[in-house]
Amino acid sequence: MQNAPLLRVEDLKVEFPTRRGRLVAVDGVSFDIAPGEVLGVVGESGAGKSMTGSAIIGLLEPPGRIAGGSISLDGRRIDNLPYEEMRKIRGKHIGAIFQDPLTSLNPLYSVGKQLVETIETHSDLSPTQARERALALLREVGIPAPERRIDQYPHQFSGGMRQRVVIALALCANPRLIVADEPTTALDVSIQAQIIALLKRLCREHGTAVMLVTHDMGVIAETADRVAVMYAGRVAEIGPVRDVIKNPKHPYTVGLMGSIPRIGRDEERLTQIEGSMPRLTEIPTGCAFNPRCPLVFDRCLRDRPDLIDVGPFHRVSCWKYAEGVGHA
Amino acid sequence: MPDTVMARPADARGAPAFVRAEGLSRYFDVSPPLLNRLLEGKPRQILRAVDGIDFAIGKGETFSLVGESGCGKSTVARLMVGLYRASRGTVEFDGHDFGRMTSRRAMAPIRSRIQMIFQDPYASLNPRWRVREIIAEPIRAYKLLSGDQAINARVDELLRQVRLTPADGVKFPHEFSGGQRQRISIARALASNPEFLVCDEPTSALDVSVQAQILNLMKDLQRELGLTYLFISHNLAVVYHISDRVGVMYLGRLAEVAPARTLFRQPRHPYTRMLLDTIPDMDMTGRQRTPVAGEVPSPINPPSGCSFHPRCPFANDRCKTERPNPIQQGDALIACHGVEEGRVPDGPIGTAQAA
Repeated sequence: MQNAPLLRVEDLKVEFPTRRGRLVAVDGVSFDIAPGEVLGVVGESGAGKSMTGSAIIGLLEPPGRIAGGSISLDGRRIDNLPYEEMRKIRGKHIGAIFQDPLTSLNPLYSVGKQLVETIETHSDLSPTQARERALALLREVGIPAPERRIDQYPHQFSGGMRQRVVIALALCANPRLIVADEPTTALDVSIQAQIIALLKRLCREHGTAVMLVTHDMGVIAETADRVAVMYAGRVAEIGPVRDVIKNPKHPYTVGLMGSIPRIGRDEERLTQIEGSMPRLTEIPTGCAFNPRCPLVFDRCLRDRPDLIDVGPFHRVSCWKYAEGVGHA
Repeated sequence: MPDTVMARPADARGAPAFVRAEGLSRYFDVSPPLLNRLLEGKPRQILRAVDGIDFAIGKGETFSLVGESGCGKSTVARLMVGLYRASRGTVEFDGHDFGRMTSRRAMAPIRSRIQMIFQDPYASLNPRWRVREIIAEPIRAYKLLSGDQAINARVDELLRQVRLTPADGVKFPHEFSGGQRQRISIARALASNPEFLVCDEPTSALDVSVQAQILNLMKDLQRELGLTYLFISHNLAVVYHISDRVGVMYLGRLAEVAPARTLFRQPRHPYTRMLLDTIPDMDMTGRQRTPVAGEVPSPINPPSGCSFHPRCPFANDRCKTERPNPIQQGDALIACHGVEEGRVPDGPIGTAQAA
């Protein structure tokens, strides 16, 4: 927050042209991430969080496309680069970690070959040096006996170990930014804790910025410095993780936090947000949350709210907090 | 209810057991094919998915099983509804032992009284059937009602019970969201007037706000209909919220069984404590989590003695050789030599290595 941002996303819009018209999956999303900072992006299925991540690493699946706004890395725009140029940036400056480690690894090549190939692509190390670096990376991500493991194939690794290999792959070229999309969702809780600890440590030691996309508020609470809560393709609330979790402002965030069961809290019923997130074809005018909002008033049905400051670095897109409406 | 069941209390409160598993085991033969065994001299391999577990559930109670992938909790769920036959041990439901019943006819009297809700509401509903037909199927199969009018009226009632509308009955499953589909699964499970519902990760595929809706619905239905639940989940917070009592499974065995409050306030078994330590700290107390070292070993060749000993900071030679039996400690049952001998200290486990 203090430093100059490494990644800046401004008014990003992602569209899918379909036979029934254009679907807007990401609609005017803005945020930035400083070096060494972990920004959590949280939301339910279809909120547009993964789509935002894909747009940043330049891997939107056609016919999806960036229809507006800009993405800049270190002050340089990267959303309009030709494919080959983006390919060099991805991998060298941006590392990606996905949910399922098995789909990120090629089952036909040994783990070592995949690491060495990636290292050689992005640096001018000799093959021997590249292998040394691959070994060092495997050791760094906590794989026991890397000398023996380096020549094994992905199927010989357990789920947690595979995800460590994927993290090692993402780190090959010392990227400035890592986009991690649900990196722990496919893993057991005890392994999840290990991977989170690993990501945090790497981020701290290398000063890497991390965009952590997940649906799991618990993972965000553990890992992120700031969090952006997404709803129907828009940012509903963004702020320091402690403020958002302890003192959520947007009615959606309030409902979301209440709907999470917690250990030690004896409540007969969980807070329930009625209904479900609108489909992309049926996003209401005004505030996208208005049909489910307990505090809805006429302005919410008419005008779309912008992000409004409610505290230091804490911003909410809700008319309740607009000037002259009365603060709550 | 026969006297034998009445005589054995299900829990500390002394309520009689409604559902009971005793020495329940399920083995799978995962040996290589016969020819490979003969030519290459490979041995037979038996996977002990569930290896001798005991628990009892009182009427109207929610009993949960938690554990990591491969601990056998879903196998128990399938054993409890008769989708698998027990390799050893018994499953009693209201005094009937059906663990090894072989014929459909023998199962018939209790079949409709036990139902199951599955994890994936996308895979467990026939996409070509209308919702009305899906929910009516158990009614027709068990011949509970006759005549379309009576069946339709019952389906309407069931749809309302799960907070859908009778008009939803004419739609197909793909027209619904994940949470609504899980409601349809619940309506179908309720169609045969069951008393015992086995829920295998019913909310794991759902978003948290939808999960809250389904958990609230399940609690409401339990109150309205006096249902007994066996709830299977890997999510400890969900288990805490919904359960009366909890069993923690590790590699096919029960490590600890205790009332939910006791288990989460004062976990005793080192594995339970390790598992609780992995829960992300949502209240931002700044508690330092100690990530657990190691992974769950393969159930094909589980470690000797206590199967948790390779990951346990308190293991000694006895743990490596002798399998611990569950011992009653207060209102909990704990299978741990260390706890029994008093060499497992209270308080957090600080010896786990960092990742």
